[in-house]
Amino acid sequence: MPDAIIRVENMTAAYGDSVVLDRLNFEVNRGEIFVVLGGSGCGKSTLLKHMIGLYRPASGNIWIDSMDIASAQGLARSEILKKIGVMYQSGALFGSRSLSENVKLPLEEFTSLPGDAMDLLAWSKLKLVGLDRYLHHLPSQVSGGMQKRAAIARAMALDPCVLFLDEPSAGLDPVTSADLDTLIKRLNQALGLTFVIVTHELPSIYSLADRVIMLDSATKSIIAEGDPAYLRDHSADPRVRQFFLRQSHETP
Amino acid sequence: MQKMSASQATTPFRIEVALSPSGSTVSLAGRMDAPSIGSSWAKALAAASSPPPLTVNLAKVEYMDGAGVALLLALKKQNPSLSLTGLREEHAQLLAPFEKIALPENFKAPAKKDHPIAGAGKLTHHLLLDLREQIAFVGKLSTLLCQMLFNPKIVRWHEVFLTFQKVGTDAIGIVALIGFLMGMILAFQSAIPLKQFGVDIFVVNLVALAMFRELGVIMTAIVLAGRSGSAFAAEIGTMKVNEEINALNTMGLDPDRFLVLPRVIAGILAMPFLTIYANVIGIFGGMLVATTFGHNWQVLWAQLLTAVAVSDVLTGLIKSFFFGFLISSTGCLRGLQTKLGALAVGESTTRSVVSSIVLIILTDGIFAVVFYAVGF
Ligand SMILES: Nc1ncnc2c1ncn2[C@@H]1O[C@H](COP(=O)(O)OP(=O)(O)OP(=O)(O)O)[C@@H](O)[C@H]1O
Ligand SMILES: [Mg+2]
Repeated sequence: MPDAIIRVENMTAAYGDSVVLDRLNFEVNRGEIFVVLGGSGCGKSTLLKHMIGLYRPASGNIWIDSMDIASAQGLARSEILKKIGVMYQSGALFGSRSLSENVKLPLEEFTSLPGDAMDLLAWSKLKLVGLDRYLHHLPSQVSGGMQKRAAIARAMALDPCVLFLDEPSAGLDPVTSADLDTLIKRLNQALGLTFVIVTHELPSIYSLADRVIMLDSATKSIIAEGDPAYLRDHSADPRVRQFFLRQSHETP
Repeated sequence: MQKMSASQATTPFRIEVALSPSGSTVSLAGRMDAPSIGSSWAKALAAASSPPPLTVNLAKVEYMDGAGVALLLALKKQNPSLSLTGLREEHAQLLAPFEKIALPENFKAPAKKDHPIAGAGKLTHHLLLDLREQIAFVGKLSTLLCQMLFNPKIVRWHEVFLTFQKVGTDAIGIVALIGFLMGMILAFQSAIPLKQFGVDIFVVNLVALAMFRELGVIMTAIVLAGRSGSAFAAEIGTMKVNEEINALNTMGLDPDRFLVLPRVIAGILAMPFLTIYANVIGIFGGMLVATTFGHNWQVLWAQLLTAVAVSDVLTGLIKSFFFGFLISSTGCLRGLQTKLGALAVGESTTRSVVSSIVLIILTDGIFAVVFYAVGF
């Protein structure tokens, strides 16, 4: 039976008075690759930021490993945060530190590894995303896609139980993006890591996702949930089919 | 494939060494992730330092993540001929990307250190380049300001107005506070020697001349450099970092006209107002102190009128225009010179304040000589 690692219950997300997501309910199972879909501006990043406890839901609860992330404080909170890794949509690397120092930061804070071990570990993470030749470059000295990959390496530094990736393959070429999919799949299978991924790349959705949810900006709620290939072929909802078949709103 | 859960209960990390005549075997067991192997890292390396042949047995490893992989890589680096046994399939998968790849010799950033003489040469070159850039920038701005006289439409006046508000109006409080205290302090400090000669009424002369000719304008300039010059540098620097300056350029909009000119005009206009304000408040503060020595306001006022000539007021005002120009243009230039990254913004902010203050003092010295020469 599936074992939920994240439970979102009746969660409403709002910026001030404007509600972005209205009473969502879903679960993410342990060890699955869970993909969040939806049009631009429908609140995917907002959902992610609520799930990692950056923002407090306007109402409802979010449980990670049966701990309430929104109300956790102090030690309990840092226990939860140690279990999750996050890659932000913008990368959010620390501009004053080199790529390898960026990856080492969580290691320095949360482990007692000796210095050369951290160097080696950081190198191996950057190697996995193909950046082993750029250890000592500053984020501003590498390209946008490389920053993104370095951000993924930083999120993986501690091999946390749950990895949240906000559009990991946006801005990457098809080959690099396929390499990234392989890496995600491998981490998922070998370590049983859970992934929550926001992405629009149809090929990676089909090859990666165990389950998807699709958000909609008009209803501010989940309009579809399940296996992507099944949804594409069998969903009765035109909005869902439109998404999977890449149809425009306009008829030519 | 069987999925191993990351939080499934596992036993702690252990190292066992078995020596035999045919070679030694190091068994690693338990949980191999960063928190558990952190403190045993050196121990594991030491255990595997015996001469080859060496076998590392991983049959009893229950969980291994990237940190465990890193440990195996380190062991391999230390002892290239070592053989791994009992590696589980899913762990082998993690190790696969690193097979047949040489680890880098060291991970330190290549040191870039110049010979001291080369360093000095580079620094001088850098300073001269910077000077040239500053002169070119002042030239460009002067051209723009002259163009503006013939065609005021090239300026975005709404922006000038908003910037003036931030630079001038919002600074009134701090300028008043500093001016007032400065006037009072000057009066108190000078009162003691002047009283010995019974001429403490001259406190008014001292405070008024000092404020009008030098202190009022210098103090206001330093406040402006710290408050607004730095803000200009940070604003424009952040735009530079976010490629907004490039965006302006490619849209055919000149950043100098678009961003710099309004700020410079606002700085030039705000500075004299603030200076006059600081002067008046400072002299009021000085006179307030003088009243405590038993002089009444009429006497003090009369003394003030005899002490100050129009030229004294003008010297301060003329300087204030120049300082306003220097501070706002330096702030903008430093902003435009910003390199990439968040660190660079802080650097240009610092540089804007330091250069502004140096330029203020230098210019003030030049003015002192010129005014002296022309007897102003
Ligand atoms: N800090 C904020 N303050 C106010 N509103 C915000 C804020 N951040 C996002 N929003 C609004 O919330 C909505 C969802 O934004 P969000 O960034 O979650 O979209 P998204 O689904 O991630 O889009 P994209 O695919 O373009 O990244 C948008 O309408 C946006 O205007
Ligand atoms: Mg987003």
